[in-house]
Order: sequence, then C-alpha cells, then structure tokens
Amino acid sequence: MLSRALRLIAMLLLIADAVLAAEVVRRWAPLAQDGVHDPKSPALKLLQEPREALSALPPVAGGNQVDWVQAIEQGRINPRTNIFPETRVRLLESDVLLNLRGSTPIVRFPHRPHTLWLDCGNCHEHLFKSRAGANKLSMDAMLQGEQCGVCHGAVSFPLTECNRCHSVPRAKPAQGKAR
Amino acid sequence: MSRKTMTRRRLIRICVTLAFALAAFPAPAEYADVVLNKRSEKEGVRPVVFSHWFHRIRFRCKVCHFELGFKMRAGANDVLMADIIDGKFCGMCHNNNIAWGADRCDLCHSGRPGLKSGIYGGHQTLGPGRW
Repeated sequence: MLSRALRLIAMLLLIADAVLAAEVVRRWAPLAQDGVHDPKSPALKLLQEPREALSALPPVAGGNQVDWVQAIEQGRINPRTNIFPETRVRLLESDVLLNLRGSTPIVRFPHRPHTLWLDCGNCHEHLFKSRAGANKLSMDAMLQGEQCGVCHGAVSFPLTECNRCHSVPRAKPAQGKAR
Repeated sequence: MSRKTMTRRRLIRICVTLAFALAAFPAPAEYADVVLNKRSEKEGVRPVVFSHWFHRIRFRCKVCHFELGFKMRAGANDVLMADIIDGKFCGMCHNNNIAWGADRCDLCHSGRPGLKSGIYGGHQTLGPGRW
C-alpha cells in the first residue's frame, strides 16, 4: 500500500517535472519587464518580443532556452552568412577529442556546429592553435571568460551545461578504481 | 499513513510549490543581452540594448565578429555614432537598407537609464568571468 502510494507520488512528480521542463520553465520576460529596457521607451511598441521569436525554436535548457545549432540544422532559421559577396564561407566537419587524460568525461569538440556560426579566424590562431594537443585548456580559464569561455558563458550555451561538451563516457575500467 | 510518508509528502509539496513560485517570476534580461553605455547617457540618450538573440536569428556570429570586426569582449569595441553613420560597426547593416537606419535613435537607444555597460541576462553563467 505504502510503496504503491510512493510510486504514484514519484510518477506524479515525474509528470510535473516534465511539464515544468517543457512548458513553464521556457519563459521569456517581456521587454518592458526585463530590467534592461526602459519601459517608457517608444521602441517597446516596435521591437520584437523574445517570446514571439524564440518559442518557435527547438528547446534546450540554459541560455536563451533555444538550441541554436539545431535551429539552423532543422532549417527553422537561416541567418545570413556574409555581407560582402567575396567572403569565403567555410564549413569544417571534423571532431576533436579533448581532455583525454582527465577524470571528467571526454570532450568532443565538433567543428561543424561551430563553423555553421563562426569563421575559422574567430578562434584560430589567437585563441586556439590548430595543432591537436597544442592548447592547454582549463575550466578555470573558461570560467574567467577565456578560451571556450569567450563565448560559452556569455553568448553561447553556459558553462553549467557540462555534459554538452563532456559528452563521451570513459571506458569502464577507469571507473570503480579507488581514489 | 506513517509519519515518514507525511514528512516526505510535505517535502514534495514544498518542492512543487517552490518550483511553481520560481517559474512564476519572469526571468531577467534575455541571455547575452549587451548594454552599451560608455557614452550614451553622457550624450543625453538612453543606453543601447543589443540583443544577441534578435540578431542571431538573422545573421551568423561571423558576420559581425569576423567580417565587420566586432571584438568578442563587452567594452572592447569603441562604437561611435559618427562611425555608424559612416557605415562602420552597426552602420554596416543599420543603413536603411539591410536594417533600420541610424536616424531611428530610439530603437537601439532603448535601455533603462543608469545601467552599466556589459553583458546581462539570466539562465547562467554569471560566474567570475570578465565578459
């Protein structure tokens, strides 16, 4: 009897959680109440509201609550790639595995979603050297707004979304080892 | 019903209420909103609110941060109205051709008076970083 009641509560909680995650948590403050726009500004009658634009785009936790890469991949948006006709629009598909000897899951850095948005020159060579293993990466530096943290944490998905980068589990034997 | 279940139920009820209460408050500014107020208020206009989400739907990062040369650090770009009118920085698009022109002051200068320049917005990360 007791366990059945508990199971029911757990189920209701799961449903409530799913509802919260799907509906209630995806909220965008109206411009007039977002704390940065002046409610008295005449622009508020003309500017697009975040809800109007963002609620139609693929959902994700954190940031604008929009999976911006999927928004392009699914063809929901097709933002301009260049203003000057002579600009070369470059796309790179290769993945790079990072953090191979760390204790957290391995990082898979995919060039494709990054080059869908950015040019090679936005990161190379001043932020990251192109040779694998040549960059000494540190979460501490990223949290200070350096390396990946130039964008992640400020404009692209936040650093609290650990698993989106640390996405490759390590081989079993490494776990279970005494520390 | 045992005491343990009662406490557990009470706890769950508190959690759910808290979750709904939190969800009822609208988030602050949209993630990656940038306020520019190095000169605006000194010149007698409202600060500028630049919304990354609004621009990102229409342009990829590389257009402004590669082609137009906007540095990726709040405060690192010295944006002058004279340059914008000359077609530099925002003026690359805000020219009454691609987007509204520099004569529509209020549309960009729409920020709350007194705001400091920098990155605003909810949904994390607001850590120790220098954005």
